[in-house]
Amino acid sequence: MSLGVPVPAREGRPALGYWFRATWARLPLHAAVIGFAVLWSVPTVALLISSFREPSAIASSGWWTATVDTLTLDNYRTVLDQRGMGRSFINSVLITLPATALVVLVASGAAYAFAWMPFRGRGLLFLVVVGLLVVPLQMTLIPVLRLYAAMTVNEELPLLGGNVFGINSFTGIWLAHAAYGMPFAIFLLRNFFSSLPRDLIEAAKLDGASEWQVFWRIVLPLSVPALAALGIFQFLWTWNDLLIALVLLGDPDLAPMTLRITNLVGSFGSSYQLLTAAAFISMALPLVVFFAFQRFFVQGILAGATKG
Amino acid sequence: MLGRRWWVPWLWMLPALLLLATFLVYPGIDTFRRSVLDARSDGFVGLDNYQAIIENPNPLVADTHSALANNAMWLVLFTAVTVPLGLVLAVLTGRVRYEAAAKSAIFIPMAISFVAASVIWRFMLEFNPSVGTVNAVVTEFGGQPTAWLQDTGAPQTWLTERGPDEIPGPVQLNNLVLITVGVWMWTGFALVVLSAGLKGISTEMLEAARVDGANEWQIFRHIIVPTLRPVIVVVTVTLLINALKIFDLVWVITGGRFQTDVVATLFFKQSFINRDFGAGAALAVVLLLAVVPLMLLNIRRFQSEEAA
Repeated sequence: MSLGVPVPAREGRPALGYWFRATWARLPLHAAVIGFAVLWSVPTVALLISSFREPSAIASSGWWTATVDTLTLDNYRTVLDQRGMGRSFINSVLITLPATALVVLVASGAAYAFAWMPFRGRGLLFLVVVGLLVVPLQMTLIPVLRLYAAMTVNEELPLLGGNVFGINSFTGIWLAHAAYGMPFAIFLLRNFFSSLPRDLIEAAKLDGASEWQVFWRIVLPLSVPALAALGIFQFLWTWNDLLIALVLLGDPDLAPMTLRITNLVGSFGSSYQLLTAAAFISMALPLVVFFAFQRFFVQGILAGATKG
Repeated sequence: MLGRRWWVPWLWMLPALLLLATFLVYPGIDTFRRSVLDARSDGFVGLDNYQAIIENPNPLVADTHSALANNAMWLVLFTAVTVPLGLVLAVLTGRVRYEAAAKSAIFIPMAISFVAASVIWRFMLEFNPSVGTVNAVVTEFGGQPTAWLQDTGAPQTWLTERGPDEIPGPVQLNNLVLITVGVWMWTGFALVVLSAGLKGISTEMLEAARVDGANEWQIFRHIIVPTLRPVIVVVTVTLLINALKIFDLVWVITGGRFQTDVVATLFFKQSFINRDFGAGAALAVVLLLAVVPLMLLNIRRFQSEEAA
């Protein structure tokens, strides 16, 4: 490991004096790393602690003065009792999971073609797709809104609720999220797919495997880290999205958590006890997902950033 | 190869291309069209909407000059701080045993929504020093409590007592505060990607340099930075694009008030609040044109990578 100090050459335990000097030399390093980690965590920790405090305590004293015995779950109870809070959590799940699956599915097909099927104009088309990464999302909202308004099917979607398609529909917002995530998804997956060993894929084709078999049996199983990383990215983006929901889902019964909390901000102003609790409820699932799949996350980003 | 079923790759890409065409390409073209039409998209007005951006006839409703200046500030400062910070942190965290924990602490802001982040920061920046963490620290060291999000004054004078209605200078304190929040959110991204790239540098090379007597700074400057160049470029371009498109963060924290508007928030206001589709579309086109050089840079990098 690169410790930045010479490692003692002799066998056995290093002398205590040496250990002391080495640790001393590394003190600024530890101070810097821990300092930054703490600095970066303070705002989130402040939010977390405050969400467990009495309303009067939040309004009059800092979170750093809180003691364990003054903490309460009341704020969470109040927030969860708000009309539509539970429903908005379910909505967030109903919006996020299918949209994420859709992106991974559609993008992996396209990325496979870009990586392993030679065709005329492949390079150029891929550049156009990557170029679409930079289109500001807000710009597309009005045309999409008009398109949806013209195509809205005003019937209730079975099971999930909302319209069958168009404005105020789950199907509509799935497609929108899938499309907005597509340039990045294709970019990431194509880079990963094309870094897979060429011999393996050509051997399979020589053995008579169809494109579908190569894709399904070889490419996808070998690309789990990239697929997982993409899934996590897409999950976080869709879960955390406010803008698209704001524009495409006007119906309060379909509103996801972000939209619901924004409305809370509007109606509660600065009653921080409710805002902090609501914000933390909305953060909980993304944080769990992030910590659970962290390993994939890093591998996947690496695949996208530096071609293997 | 070419003779046999040329349409197969297109079939694989079809769903992705349909989504991209509907949600990104068509709206992009439509925005160009609307930018030369009037507020209701009825009559042709030529370049009037673009002229309005340059002449800024109505700064109280939509201050285009302020938005352009703020966006430029975002572009430069946000990127210039986040990339080096991410790089230094990647090198530092790579040398401690609790690397994963430290990286997670810094990455967490990336996983939470802008809505939750806005609650966090409005709470952190609360004016009352017995509630707001930042003002508590400032007053602890003998400073004045500051209205961080409202203060449009120059940052070097924030210690002196001033009101929010100060005439905005070229560098506004509240804008810098918003950019700082942006840095807080995105440093984790830069850190994780750069750190993944760092793992690709062979430890033998670093050890060899150390044996040859290079100090840590020389190793950083002459080995790590040049080797990581491609990854640094990826991160920088990504952050530049995000700085240009910055919307959510400003929208949920200040809503663009107190002269903190950027081009994307102003676009949103013009289109959805002031209902001037022409003016909004022209701003979107300006944003898109500003992104074109970055797109070309992306493409060039891509081609050189393909050639390699």
